Amino acid sequence: MNADRENVFDVAVIGAGVVGCAIARRFTLDGARVVVVEKAADVLDGASKGNSAILHTGFDAPEGSVEVRCMKEGYRLYREIRQRLNLPLIESGALVLAWNREQLSELPSLMERAHANGVTDVEELSRAQILKLEPNLSEQVMGGFRVPGESLIDPWSSAHAYLLQALENGAELRRNSEVTGGSFSNGRWRIETTGGAIEAGTVVNAAGLFGDVVDQRLTGKSWYQIRPRKGQFVVYDKPAAALADHILLPVPTKTTKGIVVCRTAFGNLLVGPTAEEQEDRNHALLDRETMLGLIAKGEEVIPALRSHEVTAIYAGLRPATEEKDYRIRSDLAENYICVGGIRSTGLSAALGIADHVAEISGREARPLADPVWPQMPMLCEYESRDWQEAGNGGVVCLCELVTRREIENAMTGPLAAGSMGGLKRRTRVTMGRCQGFHCSAELARMTEGRLGQPMLAQTCGKKTGREKTSQ
Amino acid sequence: MNAASDTGKGPQAERADVVIVGGGPAGLSAARELRRLGAGTVIILERDREAGGIPRHCGHYPFGMREFKRVLRGPDYARRLVGAARKAGADIRTQSTVTAIGRQGRVEYTTPEGPMVLQARAVLLATGVRETSRASRLIGGEKPGGILPTGALQGIVYLNGERPFSRPVILGSELVAFSALMTCRHAGIRPVAMVEPGVRPSAFSLSRLLPLAMGVPYLSGTAVQAVLGRERVEEVVILHDGDTSSIVADGIIVSGGFRPEATVAVTSGLAVDPGSRGPQIDQFGRIEDSVCFATGNVLRGVETSGWCWSEGRRVAHAIVAAIRGQLPEDNGTTVQIGEGPITLAVPARLSNGSDAVPAHTHLQMRLDRPARGVVQLMQAGKVIASRSVNSLPDRRILLRLPGNMSPTNGAFELVFREA
Ligand SMILES: Cc1cc2nc3c(=O)[nH]c(=O)nc-3n(C[C@H](O)[C@H](O)[C@H](O)COP(=O)(O)OP(=O)(O)OC[C@H]3O[C@@H](n4cnc5c(N)ncnc54)[C@H](O)[C@@H]3O)c2cc1C
Ligand SMILES: Cc1cc2nc3c(=O)[nH]c(=O)nc-3n(C[C@H](O)[C@H](O)[C@H](O)COP(=O)(O)OP(=O)(O)OC[C@H]3O[C@@H](n4cnc5c(N)ncnc54)[C@H](O)[C@@H]3O)c2cc1C
Repeated sequence: MNADRENVFDVAVIGAGVVGCAIARRFTLDGARVVVVEKAADVLDGASKGNSAILHTGFDAPEGSVEVRCMKEGYRLYREIRQRLNLPLIESGALVLAWNREQLSELPSLMERAHANGVTDVEELSRAQILKLEPNLSEQVMGGFRVPGESLIDPWSSAHAYLLQALENGAELRRNSEVTGGSFSNGRWRIETTGGAIEAGTVVNAAGLFGDVVDQRLTGKSWYQIRPRKGQFVVYDKPAAALADHILLPVPTKTTKGIVVCRTAFGNLLVGPTAEEQEDRNHALLDRETMLGLIAKGEEVIPALRSHEVTAIYAGLRPATEEKDYRIRSDLAENYICVGGIRSTGLSAALGIADHVAEISGREARPLADPVWPQMPMLCEYESRDWQEAGNGGVVCLCELVTRREIENAMTGPLAAGSMGGLKRRTRVTMGRCQGFHCSAELARMTEGRLGQPMLAQTCGKKTGREKTSQ
Repeated sequence: MNAASDTGKGPQAERADVVIVGGGPAGLSAARELRRLGAGTVIILERDREAGGIPRHCGHYPFGMREFKRVLRGPDYARRLVGAARKAGADIRTQSTVTAIGRQGRVEYTTPEGPMVLQARAVLLATGVRETSRASRLIGGEKPGGILPTGALQGIVYLNGERPFSRPVILGSELVAFSALMTCRHAGIRPVAMVEPGVRPSAFSLSRLLPLAMGVPYLSGTAVQAVLGRERVEEVVILHDGDTSSIVADGIIVSGGFRPEATVAVTSGLAVDPGSRGPQIDQFGRIEDSVCFATGNVLRGVETSGWCWSEGRRVAHAIVAAIRGQLPEDNGTTVQIGEGPITLAVPARLSNGSDAVPAHTHLQMRLDRPARGVVQLMQAGKVIASRSVNSLPDRRILLRLPGNMSPTNGAFELVFREA
């Protein structure tokens, strides 16, 4: 085989979800020449598109699981590197709350599990203590405990940062490249993608909701089946964020962590997610009745939500499988690692998973002596933002205070936005309460011809305003 | 906020007599009137590239009947208002987004050069409205491109000369939906249907003829359940009489459902009215416990630009009186709205009356359903103002306020006695 040098790599990572991004970073920092192949027009277009954005401690994860190991390590690593990448961390802590006698009786075993998982700073609270910490909480609450380490992060900037660090240290990203097949011979993989073929020494399958499909395409077998589990959310406007300080968690059931009420890094308040099994891996449909149910649930927990407005809605799909634990395995084929079933904790665990994968890959690490640490734009409501700085070019998105400079920056560089969705994840533009009422026209002008997938269909050539087009 | 800078533009606040937040018809007319009345330095902070507000991107008629006694297109109307305010000596600063307003007149705003601070003797909030989004309406389905409020559609068509879709569904039948129809026509977009959840159009009843005349099917009693499509809208799922069906379309215009753009007020901790969701004012336009005033559409859902223009002009008189210490004490109490169809009242707070011209001579109300009867403003069990009403929902209803009232005589209540 005589592929061009430019298509030959040490490691190929399939899928640019948060897990693939973290893995690409790890191998790159370990000195490997890495390529990330992603089928969508932009990264984070699968399971990583919509989650609750909680950095979990792992206090309630199954004891002794791969999951809890990766979560704990991921949690530690995020805290270790986040400042160097300019990523936010909101150390809100969580309250696990019991709303009836049965739930109350489950608290002690949950706290025991937290201890077994090495999360030893959990703290039991009386009803009065809880209401003192969270005065807006419904008085129906009966008891609970506090998990100080549970935190909130920016789910997209973190993943972008991992990938950008890989790219700035020599990795490559191939978008619009769906892996369709491949073969292993003479110690090397040849991977066919819709964007051309590549060669790699080691292949890591981090295809999320399509992990089993990619296993089939490359090795002819798969040892698990993805069973997508949908989670819907409603998001309240910023004033509602003042109603809850902690992440408010219910007592989990066997199948789900339940409906969470918590702030977001962007200063909103979210209620969700649901847990709904479905066959479809491509579509996460929002359902009006379910959203009304979430609103009712939110008001049960915080009655004052009644006078607040829902300003965004979204749904995500968890890449669940028939089993609870992650499905990480390196013996399906030679030089092949499958990282599957990263169901509902992948954001927290990603950096830990990456280390685990590097370890089981058997590849020798030759760490970069002086890697580049890119600086991410800070989108967190609780930190200083670009609109507060000189030379920002002016605010384009009024609701989220997104500046012209932020939008320009998100459309340039090795990880430039490839779609409107990608631009929103990088800047938060149009993600606020008006959903584009004010800024769509300006945004359409700024992005014209610059995103792979344009925002608008065509021009109608009937400009009547006597505007000077910008710049 | 930022560290101090030595340019004098850091934390050191620049002084002004009146700062107006928002340069739409209401803010511009207030500015002109303030200058005419000798209010001193008047600064308008407008977040957009140009002042003018919503009319700037309404390339259609009719605007200006009340103000200029002639029918103008939105952009021409906006230019005239801006010209008049400038000529009167108002300082209009564009690309200036207000981020916080202090009760005592400190206004923080951000510009391309960074954040700035103004200290004013009075602040006027005139930030207008926005339409209720698809998300707020809990419309299910996916989140493809091609879902736009009318305001966004107009900007894209009239300012950019672009066509965001070619066969959209229009949701809603308030007046603004007809403006969406006209915008579509202007851009060569052919709406495939106009869908209204209520049984009759929200705008005047003749207006259903307009879509028909344009060959656009009008479906009343029909809700939008879901929008489908991954990259672009492909299908709109509707619910009519318990049956779902779908319309093939490449976009959806989510029109109307106007709500005050009162975010700065909310995040700055200024009093907001639960009925209108705008800043809560008394009959002089004052926001409780502050040197702040509000006017125009930010007070309540949507009114015509002419209405907002005259509200702006009248609040200017109240502001000048306030600066000169001629307004009665701000001792307003909230008007309680009794059971019934009334959804909001503006002003929702009433202070001592005065001979100085009040900004609001009338209490403005809206209903949430068609109703007939008598509306009464009560104080301590006595009727102090009343009128008969026979109105459709969301129409403006006015009740003249007595001039010599005082909240010290007891609590105010607004009741609707149905016939
Ligand atoms: C509702 C919900 C709430 C959650 N809350 C949290 C939380 O609070 N905290 C937390 O830690 N985790 C949370 N998670 C979990 C977390 O979001 C997931 O674990 C994580 O996103 C999984 O990432 P991934 O990279 O494995 O998969 P994905 O993000 O799906 O990435 C896989 C990528 O592979 C690409 N791909 C697929 N097939 C191919 C192919 N053939 N060729 C090339 N590319 C391909 C896809 O396009 C996709 O981009 C939540 C998840 C959901 C759905
Ligand atoms: C689609 C549409 C069609 C219409 N058609 C007609 C018509 O044909 N005839 C008619 O009479 N009326 C029409 N109207 C109504 C008319 O536009 C409004 O009544 C009028 O614009 C209200 O004026 P305003 O000054 O209160 O608010 P706006 O015009 O909304 O102006 C508010 C201004 O405040 C600015 N602003 C907001 N927040 C901030 C901030 N934080 N900092 C700085 N600036 C800020 C905004 O950028 C805006 O310029 C239409 C409205 C819409 C939406």
